[in-house]
Amino acid sequence: MLESAGLDGWIVRLFEDINERNLPWLSALSQRCEQIFGDALIDLVPSYTTLLVVFDPLALSPSQSRAMICQILADLQPEDAVQDGQSHELPTWYDISVGPELPRVAEHAGLAVSEVIEAHSQRTYRVFALGFAPGFAFMGLVDPHLECPRLETPRQRVPVGSVALAGRQTAAYPTETPGGWNLLGRTSARLFDRKREGFSLLRVGDRVRFVSVSRETFEREGGNTQPMGSVT
Amino acid sequence: MRAGPLALLQDSGRFGARHLGVTQGGPADLYSWAWANHLTGNPWGTANLEVTFGGLQLVAVKDLDIAITGADLAVTIEHNPVPLWQRITWKEGEILRFSAPVSGLRAYLAVCGGFAAEPVLGSVACVTREQLGGFRGDGMKLAPGDELSVFCPEPASGQISGQAPEEIVPDFSQPAFLHLLPGAQIASFSGRSLFDAFNAWWQVDDRADRMGVRLTGPRLRSSISTLVSEGINLGGVQVPPDGQPIVLLNDRQTIGGYPRLGSLTPLSASRLAQCLPRERVRLVARGSAAAVKEHRAFRAVFQFMPRLMRGRAPS
Repeated sequence: MLESAGLDGWIVRLFEDINERNLPWLSALSQRCEQIFGDALIDLVPSYTTLLVVFDPLALSPSQSRAMICQILADLQPEDAVQDGQSHELPTWYDISVGPELPRVAEHAGLAVSEVIEAHSQRTYRVFALGFAPGFAFMGLVDPHLECPRLETPRQRVPVGSVALAGRQTAAYPTETPGGWNLLGRTSARLFDRKREGFSLLRVGDRVRFVSVSRETFEREGGNTQPMGSVT
Repeated sequence: MRAGPLALLQDSGRFGARHLGVTQGGPADLYSWAWANHLTGNPWGTANLEVTFGGLQLVAVKDLDIAITGADLAVTIEHNPVPLWQRITWKEGEILRFSAPVSGLRAYLAVCGGFAAEPVLGSVACVTREQLGGFRGDGMKLAPGDELSVFCPEPASGQISGQAPEEIVPDFSQPAFLHLLPGAQIASFSGRSLFDAFNAWWQVDDRADRMGVRLTGPRLRSSISTLVSEGINLGGVQVPPDGQPIVLLNDRQTIGGYPRLGSLTPLSASRLAQCLPRERVRLVARGSAAAVKEHRAFRAVFQFMPRLMRGRAPS
């Protein structure tokens, strides 16, 4: 289904619900759009169930671009996706000093803090969307037992690398920003670097596992151990 | 010398990185930005300075040809009023001052040759929230003591008039009629809300910045309260559960989950970016064919500039 997104864009709605089975289709659609639109393509924004296609309005009219997308959709195959996402392991120091909501999530789940850490670090997550800030990846789905709502009052400053959970999604903060997610720990991985090729470590469709590491390992890898303190 | 509340370097924007969560950036008022470049003989895409509200003081360290467009921020050189929407010379040692809004909110200062900065992710567009772009690449707005470098201008072709035709200069003191292309989740809004959206006067709220502008007026009701987050284009008009629309501008987040009425045209988003809090605006439904025609006519003015500037033989 196509919905207008202004004179230079279309929202292509492929699905209704969040599901990792959506990813190969969205990936295939992105690749086909790159091939077919060529230089007339300005931007592609994939998200959980949709793809926003932004085109050059001097090169294509809305109806021309709509026809091109319809043609792509007519013979779209998920197998067209060459790669099914890269795999990443994010070294993560789970500790109450940098993950002040560990007790909150544990209480919510009726589990011990150690069980929360185990449940969070056991799963391999998929990246559903990037947004909110450069390189901020929305990942899921988290073990249903860990499901936990956002904080009532967001923090003004969430430190770089913070590993967080909201609802059944998880994420790591690439830069210091405000944020209302439950903090569980911190990763030493560099998630966004404007001087690095590709800029963002994570892309839509990637597979991510948080690997529990000691404070020593975290520090050795360049992680910031400064505690959250009482400042929220 | 003095930086004022917000002065940002802007080229046409950062494209091709939105899938990484990196926003578009670029001039909030594309129309005035484009004319500032045109009047100084710069090709489309050249970086110039977006001055919001005023308070900026600059001193020239050499003679520069400049043009200032957009808002009237009571600009002076050595206390003499500066004519807007035309090319002028700013002499070495003279102080250029942007005071405060007379009409409009954002002025554009273009220098012949363009401001020089190292692109980040393909663009120098300065987005403070993302810590990207600007003169140092780290998204910082101008600060007192900053030195701004300028590219050496190419020889003027003589084909470009240094003065904008009177009819293209917008009058920001008149209420804005903003063209909206219906789309997205417009069908989820009640009939009453659609009537109100296009028949009521909307007031620009003081919660307005380069990310978005909130409008206050009748409460709009959608059968959807939130949806799974999806990509949002420039000018998207989203309606959170409080029923008060937010028009999303250049520094918006790349994805969002509120139902939308559609999108303002780029030129209407430009016009809205010149509105001060408490000004009144109207939303006018527009068909895409008319909107595309209008947009292409605007862009056509600037199309032949690069060729003229580089002195290429016509092919």
